[in-house]
Amino acid sequence: MIDDTRLLRENPLQWVNEHPPPGPFRRRFWRSPVRGPWLTAVLGSMLLVGLTIMIVTGLLSYAAYNPLLPGNDATPAHGLLGFYLFDWPTGPSWLYRVTQGTHVALGITLVPIVLAKLWSVIPKLFEWPPVRSVAHSLERLTLLMLVGGLLFEFVTGLLNSQLDYLFPFFFYTAHLYGAWVFIGGFVGHVLVKFPVMVRSLRRGPGQSFRRTSVADTRSEPVESELVATEPAPPTASRRGVLGFVGLSSVVLLGTYIGSVLDDPLHGLTLFGPHERGNGVGVNHFPVNKTAATAGVTPAMTGAAYRLEIVGPAGTTRFSRDDLLGMAQHTYYLPIACVEGWSIGKTWTGVRLADLVARAGGRHTDRLFVESMQNGGGFGAVSLSVGQSQDEMSLLALKVDGEDLGLDHGFPARTMIPAAPGVHCTKWVKRLTVVDGSM
Amino acid sequence: MRLPSLPTLPPPSMLAGLFRKRYGESPLHLFAQIITIALAGYAASRVPLESDVWFKILIWFVGAALGHDLVLYPLYAIADSAAHFRLFRRARPLPHLAGVPWINYLRVPVGLSLLLLLVWWPLITNDAPGTFFAATGLTTDVYLPRWLGITGVFVLVSAVLYALAVRRAGSPDDPGRRWARLTRP
Repeated sequence: MIDDTRLLRENPLQWVNEHPPPGPFRRRFWRSPVRGPWLTAVLGSMLLVGLTIMIVTGLLSYAAYNPLLPGNDATPAHGLLGFYLFDWPTGPSWLYRVTQGTHVALGITLVPIVLAKLWSVIPKLFEWPPVRSVAHSLERLTLLMLVGGLLFEFVTGLLNSQLDYLFPFFFYTAHLYGAWVFIGGFVGHVLVKFPVMVRSLRRGPGQSFRRTSVADTRSEPVESELVATEPAPPTASRRGVLGFVGLSSVVLLGTYIGSVLDDPLHGLTLFGPHERGNGVGVNHFPVNKTAATAGVTPAMTGAAYRLEIVGPAGTTRFSRDDLLGMAQHTYYLPIACVEGWSIGKTWTGVRLADLVARAGGRHTDRLFVESMQNGGGFGAVSLSVGQSQDEMSLLALKVDGEDLGLDHGFPARTMIPAAPGVHCTKWVKRLTVVDGSM
Repeated sequence: MRLPSLPTLPPPSMLAGLFRKRYGESPLHLFAQIITIALAGYAASRVPLESDVWFKILIWFVGAALGHDLVLYPLYAIADSAAHFRLFRRARPLPHLAGVPWINYLRVPVGLSLLLLLVWWPLITNDAPGTFFAATGLTTDVYLPRWLGITGVFVLVSAVLYALAVRRAGSPDDPGRRWARLTRP
C-alpha cells in the first residue's frame, strides 16, 4: 500500500485510472460467461445487414414522396441530404408496399437483436478510465451518435406507427435528420469495427456452438473487456441465447406480419394498429384518416358534389355520374402507408391521364390534387408527370365493384401505383393540370 | 557553393508510430470519426432551418440512449438477478428439480411478453386513444386482452415443456435421472 499512497501523491491521475469506482466500473461486476467478442460479432453482423436495409428503405421512403415537386416536401431544409432524390417510379405497383413494409416490419423484427447487441457490449459503457486517448474520447462521442441515433429512430418510428405522438416535434423532421446522425455513426462504427467483427467470427466462441451444453458453457478464451474475469455459473448456452433472440424476432414479426398482407391474412395481425377494417361489406378495410376527422360530411359528398378540373381548356365541373359515364378502368392496387401497413384492393374509375387530356393538357403535364378535407396533413399533393400519366393511375370511384365508402374517399379518390398512401388523395375536390416542365 | 541540406523526414513507419502515440489509434480511425461527426453535424445543422425543435430533439436523442443504458437495462438485469437469487430464496443460482434447471423456462415466456409490451406499449396501455380514433375510427381496447392472452399462451407452453423435461429426466432409463441422483447432496 506504500506504493499506492506514493502514486496517489505523485501522479493522482494515474492513481484514479487504476482505481475504478465500485460497481459497474469494475471488471468483476460483469459476470455473464456468454458475453464476449464472438457473441457481439454475431449480433453485429446481423445488424450490419438489417440496419443497412433499414437505411436504404428509409431513404427510399423519402424519395417516394417526390419531395422535389411543389408542396410535397415535409423536410424542405434537407439541403445536401437530398442528393440522391429521383423521380419515384410508378411500377411495379407493389414497390412502396414492399420497401416500406420491409422498413417497418424489419424494424420491429430487429428490436430484440438491437437489445441483445446493446446487452452484449454494456460493460464498455462503464469502462475505466472513461477516457484513454483522443481517439478513445472521439469514439465514445460517435458511439453516442450511433446508439442515440439508433434508439431515437426506433422509438420515434414505433410511436409514429402506433399513432402515439408523444414527442414534441414533427415526426418527419425528427426521423429524417435523426436518421442521418445515425447513418454517420453507423458508417464510422462499421469502418472501425468491421475488421474486429471478422476476426472475432473467424476465431469462434472457443467451443462448439451447437454441441456445448449449458453446464459446459465457458467464457471466450480471449482477452477482451467484454469477457468476464470472474464468470458466474452458466445459465444459458450461446445457442440458447441466440435462439431466444431469434425466437423473440419471430414472435414480433409473426404477430405483426399480417399488417402488410391482404385479406384474410390481414385480419390475423395480433399487434399492429391497422388490422381492423372501417366500413361495411367490401369497404371493411383499414383507414388512416376518417371522414369525420377530415371534416368531410355527407352533405359535401351528396348530389351537389362536383369535381373541378382546371386546365388549359378552362375549368370544368363533373358530377359523380358524369365521371361514371366516362371510360372506366379496373386495377388491383395496394394502399401502402408510411406507417408500414398495406392492403391491396381492386379499384375502378377514370384514368387520370384521360382527365388531363379532357382538360386540354398534354402527355408531359402533371396534376396537382386537392382534397375536400380540412383537417390533418396531406390535403393536397403534386403528382409527377409519370404518376399523372400512368395507365394505372386512377380517379377511383369504386372498390371491389362497389361504391367507395365515405371513410375511404367517397365520392372519388386517386389511386397511384407504387406511391405512398398519403399520395392517394381521398375526397378529391379539384385536379389542376400543371406544365410538367415547371 | 554548398547547398543547404534539406531537413530529412522521418520514415513513414515512424510517422505512423508518432500518429498512433499522439492520437491513440490508426489514421483510418480518425477518418471514420471525422466522417461521423461531419455527417451528424451537417444533419443537426439543418434542423433549425425546419423549425424551433432542435433542443427538444437533442433531449429525446440523448434520452433514448440513457433511457436504455441507465433505465431499461438495469431494470431487466435486476429483475433477472432477483428471479435467480431473491424471489426463490435459493443460494445456488441453478436450483434443480430432477436435474432440470428452471430459470430459462421463466426467462423465455416473461421475456417474450415484456418485449411485446415494450414494442406495442402505446397500443397495449391505450396511451393515445384520441389520435388513434381520429385516424382509424377504432379504439385500442382490444390490445390489452390480446397481450394478456398471448402471455398466458407463452407461460402455458413453457410450463408444459418444463413438465415434459422433468418427466423425461425422471424416467428410470434416462441418464439424466441417474446424474441427478448422483449429484444430489
